[in-house]
Amino acid sequence: MSAQVFIPGDSSALSVGADGVAAALSREARSRGLDVTIVRTGSRGLFWLEPLVEIETPTGRMGYGPVADEDAGSLFECGFLDGGAHPKALGRIDDIPYLKLQQRLVFARCGLTDPLSLEDYRRHGGLKGLEAALRLGPKATVDEVLASGLRGRGGAGFPTGIKWRTVAATASDRKYVVCNADEGDSGTFADRMLMEGDPFLLIEGMAIAGVSVGATMGYIYIRSEYPHAFATFSRAIEHARSGRLLGERVLGSAHAFDLEPRLGAGAYICGEETSLLESLEGKRGEVRAKPPLPAISGLFGKPTVINNVLTFASVPWILDHGPKAYAEYGVGRSLGSQPFQLAGNVRYGGLIELAFGATIRELVEGFGGGTRSGRPIRAVQVGGPLGAYFPESLLDTPLDYESMAAANGMLGHGGIVVFDDRVDMARQARFAFQFCAKESCGKCTPCRLGSTRGAETVDKIIAGLGRQKNVELLRDLCEVMTDGSLCALGGLTALPVLSALDHFSEDFAKPPRAAAE
Amino acid sequence: MAAKAAFDAELARAVIDRRRSAPGAALPILHDLLHEFGYIDDAAIALMADALNISKAEALGVVSFYHDFRRVPVDGRVLKLCRAESCQAMGCEDLVEHLETRHGLAPDAGDAGRGLHVETVYCLGNCALSPAALFNGAPIGRLDRGKIDAIVADAEGKAS
Repeated sequence: MSAQVFIPGDSSALSVGADGVAAALSREARSRGLDVTIVRTGSRGLFWLEPLVEIETPTGRMGYGPVADEDAGSLFECGFLDGGAHPKALGRIDDIPYLKLQQRLVFARCGLTDPLSLEDYRRHGGLKGLEAALRLGPKATVDEVLASGLRGRGGAGFPTGIKWRTVAATASDRKYVVCNADEGDSGTFADRMLMEGDPFLLIEGMAIAGVSVGATMGYIYIRSEYPHAFATFSRAIEHARSGRLLGERVLGSAHAFDLEPRLGAGAYICGEETSLLESLEGKRGEVRAKPPLPAISGLFGKPTVINNVLTFASVPWILDHGPKAYAEYGVGRSLGSQPFQLAGNVRYGGLIELAFGATIRELVEGFGGGTRSGRPIRAVQVGGPLGAYFPESLLDTPLDYESMAAANGMLGHGGIVVFDDRVDMARQARFAFQFCAKESCGKCTPCRLGSTRGAETVDKIIAGLGRQKNVELLRDLCEVMTDGSLCALGGLTALPVLSALDHFSEDFAKPPRAAAE
Repeated sequence: MAAKAAFDAELARAVIDRRRSAPGAALPILHDLLHEFGYIDDAAIALMADALNISKAEALGVVSFYHDFRRVPVDGRVLKLCRAESCQAMGCEDLVEHLETRHGLAPDAGDAGRGLHVETVYCLGNCALSPAALFNGAPIGRLDRGKIDAIVADAEGKAS
């Protein structure tokens, strides 16, 4: 039988040469007359080890990484096909502490299987959630999601079951399921990894939503900065259709559900759900005033379930194992697991799925091993460009919805970006405004104008002009933007700005400098 | 990157017709036009408006809202450089400075006749391997000065 070698086709792995490694290994095997099949998988999310090559052995998957093209010859010489010793050998993948210490519910299969093989998916526990939902029927399925305590993983943390129940209860000739895969926050990549590494899980989650609220059509809106994810996911949809996971009779049931992928066009604001719906309707991505909620009047004015990738992808596990088992993970009202993403200036960046409640420090120091530069950690931004910057003294804040809010931050989509002591926090505050100005949809004044005025005001502070007065003005502006903006872009820009001001005030009191570009 | 077709109204009409009946067809159509021609020609905006039964102003409003829908053709290769927080933490602004001082290439300022357009993007989802970029659609992680020099040389080689 042909030996199987697993190499990620994930775009992060590609970015450090996974295709070259795959070609080198297959060339080397041919020249040695060996029968080797190369399987392209998703990534395990241990990115400092990419390209990570895995081999199936009787004792489990053995890993080698980071592998370079020129390692191909020595890998064969040391007998890596049987897990032989080599300077790049990592031992059993499952024993690597970074993975072993995680609680992978959503990412259990990512990196293990061929993302486009429905057979592989089923063999590794896939489709059990949808089968359970079909057995239970729509109402009981929604009840299970409600009982699990699952909250929206896109950032807002709204209870998913309540959203689904509202859509299920709203009478309409047509309903929609929409997946928000416009993952624009810097420091986040979980949605991308999942779409590239385990797309059927997301399709299964969306199908469960469709079946349980009575929607027959779904859309997934993927950002154009993710060309590989869009390509893989589009192919996965076709495989799902031919495998009867999608179509007129979902898994042979009486329920119809189909999916269409749509590509975004480089607008961060389209990650805001109402802006995304406008964009799907073919319009400018300007946010809508709420109410009406999308659950009542969403896509094309019809009741719509709109959730993030990770929300849908959490559902199959819940249906398969029951809401009680899910709610055993987490703390307080933050139940289940959150795929955190560790990035920026960090030694061991990657995907870390844990139950809610671990501290920022456990992630950046425990898993991350501190900064990549080896310098002291100065600031950690949690929750993307609209999340707060935490100083060293607050790194023991637990990562759950309530604790983060109590610390004037937010969990967002679970992105964690580490900065060393060279960061200038006044410039980071300025960037928050600049980003908001660039990405504002322009519909409401506090966001459209406030962002530009905010950047100018930070410039004045940096340049040493009327500092005290301008800091007061900045705080006032933040209040106006927080209270007066239509959506989270303008409404949360104050979080990074105020956290920089509150925790790093010395950076706003340095000797005057020229304003940033 | 594959050579793009020169703009041609007949071809544009055929491209638009493929998706015109899809619900909310504007973005899929614009992406198809972008794929075919490499940019959105003014004449195509009018054709799309006609096909979707919306005003030209509305169609232009959609095109101008999204960063992707460039209105002029790009001649040469494109380096999309991430300048969001994670890449900032790993020194992407130093790389921008290197591009400017060493190669005379500023982001979002055309190709200066060099066959390489450098464009700012915010996040490519490769944040654990920052600084990140996309060069003609191929992802690059742990971008550094050496890789940038190689990209510039590659683009100039192709341009001449």
